[in-house]
Amino acid sequence: MEIKEFLKPKSLDEAFEVLSASSNNRIIGGGAWIKISLKKVDTLISLEELDLNYIKEENDFYEIGSMTSLRDLEVHDGIKSLASGILSQAISNIMGVTVRNIATIGGSVMGKFAFSDLLGVLQVLDAELVFYQMGIVSVEDFVNMTKIPKDILLAIKIKKQTGKAYFKKIAITHLDFSILNMAITNSKGLKIAVGSRPNIAIRARRTEVFLNGKKAITDDLINEAIDLAMDEIKLGDNSRGSKDYRELLMKTYLKRAIREVI
Amino acid sequence: MKIDLIVNKQKKTFLIEPNEYLLDVLRRYDYQSVRRGCDNTSCGVCTVLLDSKPVPSCSVLAIRCEGKEITTVEGIAEEAEKLVHYFGELGADQCGYCNPSMALTVYSLKQENRNASVEEIKNYLVGNLCRCTGYVAQHEAIKRYLGDE
Repeated sequence: MEIKEFLKPKSLDEAFEVLSASSNNRIIGGGAWIKISLKKVDTLISLEELDLNYIKEENDFYEIGSMTSLRDLEVHDGIKSLASGILSQAISNIMGVTVRNIATIGGSVMGKFAFSDLLGVLQVLDAELVFYQMGIVSVEDFVNMTKIPKDILLAIKIKKQTGKAYFKKIAITHLDFSILNMAITNSKGLKIAVGSRPNIAIRARRTEVFLNGKKAITDDLINEAIDLAMDEIKLGDNSRGSKDYRELLMKTYLKRAIREVI
Repeated sequence: MKIDLIVNKQKKTFLIEPNEYLLDVLRRYDYQSVRRGCDNTSCGVCTVLLDSKPVPSCSVLAIRCEGKEITTVEGIAEEAEKLVHYFGELGADQCGYCNPSMALTVYSLKQENRNASVEEIKNYLVGNLCRCTGYVAQHEAIKRYLGDE
């Protein structure tokens, strides 16, 4: 990797000015995946002196600074109890403690990695991103943007919520990226996201509407919901798994997931 | 460019390039107990403590460590000796290549949770691979070490 210059800005204004000055200027999060995501950078901008490493608990939501490490989030008591601890559980499945000590939640989001285990979880938690310029953007809208915006992610807001939740990462070993991942919550209705398809995690909106319109969810309805989900969530091939294999995984784990959270 | 790091409680100045990783810098300055393995954050043999937390030095840019405390296994020599005693007692190592990194990660676990179960030990050490032992004896040795005053 080539880096011409490294900068720790003292203010957000300075960080944004440098970021905007060249398409080859980039912000670094924790840097855990920098070796696979960056080849050539003019100015690498580190936000560590901007007080963005925090977890704040408010009356009805958590606000997490973008430079908070995945490990700090994983072991935070409030996050561990949020929606049955789905975010904490998903983080605990990412590599080892050493990597989670450097990887940040901001870097995990802004990388928009297709293999991400967290983008699906954040979508079913209805999380919102707080940007320096764009203001508040839902994680779902962010995922659906065609390009990663040239902006600074300041924080992530997650409403406090209870209810059952299910997270599954299917991978060969703990240190591998997911072949498929799945996140489901049941807090005021079912929310379903599937990721590493191998494309980025998306919500199964039509399937959610179908299930949330039913008074009681029977096995027959679950089978119908799975057919609907298989139609709306597009799967594909990559080096980690074939489309056929992913289809089998999704059918199997979606059934287990829905049964577990209803 | 120059950066100051506090390595094993000693302040030192290092000449680095902006794209150099901590592992490369430490090895260039003869901290040879910090080993190179996969070089892509997977194997854990390059682990050091950065401000008391275990991190893969192969993936931390040295320039981001300016003014921070780095601990290699020499910085926890007394604790490493204790762990090695239990490793020896239980035949828990062979080639020893992963021992310095394992000692640093286990030391960090000891600070967090002295009563860790074998399952918790396994989870904590997911990122520290050992290709010789099969882990069973290691986990038992680590359990005994954690209980050691």
